[in-house]
Amino acid sequence: MSAVIRIHDLTREYRMGSERILALHGVTLEIRRNEYVAIMGPSGSGKSTMMNVLGCLDTPTAGEYWLNGEEVSRLTDDALARVRNREIGFVFQTFNLLPRATALHNVELPLVYAGVRARERRERAATALARVGLAERMDHRPNELSGGQRQRVAIARALVNQPSILLADEPTGNLDSVTSEEIMEVFAALHAAGQTVIMVTHEPDIAARAQRVVVLRDGRVESDRVNREAAA
Amino acid sequence: MPVFEAVRLALRTIRTQKLKSFFSLVGVLIGVTFLIAVVSIVQGMNRYMVDRFANTLVGANTFEVRQRPSINMGHTTHEMWMEWLRRPRVSYSDADFVRARINTPATFAKFCEDRVSVHYGGKVAKDVDLIGTEETYFGIRSYQVVAGRAFSAQEVRASVPVLVIGDEVARRLLPGVDPIGKEVRIAGLPYRIIGVVAPQGTLFGLSLDKFVVMPFSAPGRRLICPINILDALIVQTSDPAHMQLAMAEAEAAMRSLRQLKPEQENNFHLQTAEGALGTWDKISRVLFLALPGLVAISLVVGGIVIMNIMLMAVSERTREIGIRKALGARRRDILAQFVVESATLSAAGAVMGIGLGLLLAFVIKALTPLPAAVAPWSVALGVVLGVSVGIVAGVYPASRASRLDPIVALRAE
Repeated sequence: MSAVIRIHDLTREYRMGSERILALHGVTLEIRRNEYVAIMGPSGSGKSTMMNVLGCLDTPTAGEYWLNGEEVSRLTDDALARVRNREIGFVFQTFNLLPRATALHNVELPLVYAGVRARERRERAATALARVGLAERMDHRPNELSGGQRQRVAIARALVNQPSILLADEPTGNLDSVTSEEIMEVFAALHAAGQTVIMVTHEPDIAARAQRVVVLRDGRVESDRVNREAAA
Repeated sequence: MPVFEAVRLALRTIRTQKLKSFFSLVGVLIGVTFLIAVVSIVQGMNRYMVDRFANTLVGANTFEVRQRPSINMGHTTHEMWMEWLRRPRVSYSDADFVRARINTPATFAKFCEDRVSVHYGGKVAKDVDLIGTEETYFGIRSYQVVAGRAFSAQEVRASVPVLVIGDEVARRLLPGVDPIGKEVRIAGLPYRIIGVVAPQGTLFGLSLDKFVVMPFSAPGRRLICPINILDALIVQTSDPAHMQLAMAEAEAAMRSLRQLKPEQENNFHLQTAEGALGTWDKISRVLFLALPGLVAISLVVGGIVIMNIMLMAVSERTREIGIRKALGARRRDILAQFVVESATLSAAGAVMGIGLGLLLAFVIKALTPLPAAVAPWSVALGVVLGVSVGIVAGVYPASRASRLDPIVALRAE
């Protein structure tokens, strides 16, 4: 299978006054299409930086990042915005929905920035919401939805523009265990349908659902193994 | 992001934060209200002054040879007033002399007036303007005689005591009676009514129909002017060019008659509609000069308020900006969003201001004799100013928003 993500010797360095902090230090990683990868690690391991770089929210100080055949590590802000819009679907721990907008409008947002016409936008957003089981809740605002429903809206939003990768950052961190289970089933179903899923988490039982687990420590890849149970 | 999308977003934001939005656009609202109301009133006044005031009191292409101005809106000093009173008055022979010396085609009317009481039966109409003049006066004033007839040149020569009366005098003094042929008394003298003039309306709320006209030579002429003395000789020409010629001829005639030396000033006054409007022109010019300043101050204040509100909105919605950027909004999308929001906010203020300004103009029109004429250009200007203020005020907050780092913005509370 072809690699959707190719990272080679990637470094991300921060300056805190005179101090240099190496958040990522020579990371090399390849993720193929339709993989389900969990990225784990304790706080300070470089997990968040990895997530930001993978999501094209941040650019590396050195090294290469190829996303879907395009070198994205040296792009301008606006070019990165375009890549985020087309290639990446974000799911955040805190949902990050616009509080004043309806579920439908939240899901439409990526399509607005992709320049899709209003009617097609509504249709595609409605389809995406139906796919996560929220066809009946389209006109509700986030504060009228439960945590699990909000995260489903966020997943629908992440999927609506058919991104190359679905990038989830602690997607169950704010949910109870029953709801977490439901959300993890949604991810499993999406993966089964061919979606590439990358999940950043520090919870081993969440990571256990992934086919492959990458563990970061001190900005380096500590281990990268296939999860036989989940892969089976 | 298309502009209309941004406008829709802006309207939704304004709708969800009605009170805050309203306060933020008060400055623009006041500025535009002021613009519309003042322009409407000044324009209305202008039109009124030209159409009614000047043309009613003096008449188009008409001037009057007088001892002193009768319509004067400027400041008159005591010295000016004393000088006017020292001037010789216009006599019958002055009028005849001037009339003989004006070669430009013109219509003339000797003119005298004062306030009198008119009696009919047991009734009295007080404060009626008694005008002594010639048969040409009706044409000069464009008076339509709707009942009976005007008096003739023959009646003027023969000093017949006949009256042509104004509409209000007819209605008040002789209600339900055909006034033609009735006899009224002024200061004990009998006059026969021979005609009624069509209603002339009002000027600044004052009736223009409270007058009676008689031959200037008729008995009782001493009530309005001393013997052989006139208030004015009215001269009407066909067009402005002829009027200028006639005025020059009248001035020359009067100066030679009064034997004025070249260095001496006129000891008479040539009154025209334009002359009477001179002071009003000055007033309206000052208003129009002051207006941009006043509007500009409100708009600058309004712009600053909007800029602050937008800066607040940007910091309140930092997370929203982060979300939008994560989902693919480019800098210019965020910039456009906030500029359009600011412009929409400001334009909403301008639209409200236009409404309020029009309302104010109409209320003033309804409650006072001041007229109001809405100038379409002021409405257009109001909208343009509103949108421009919004854009200018929005650029700085919007550019701050557009430059936010999405990672930092997403972490914001």
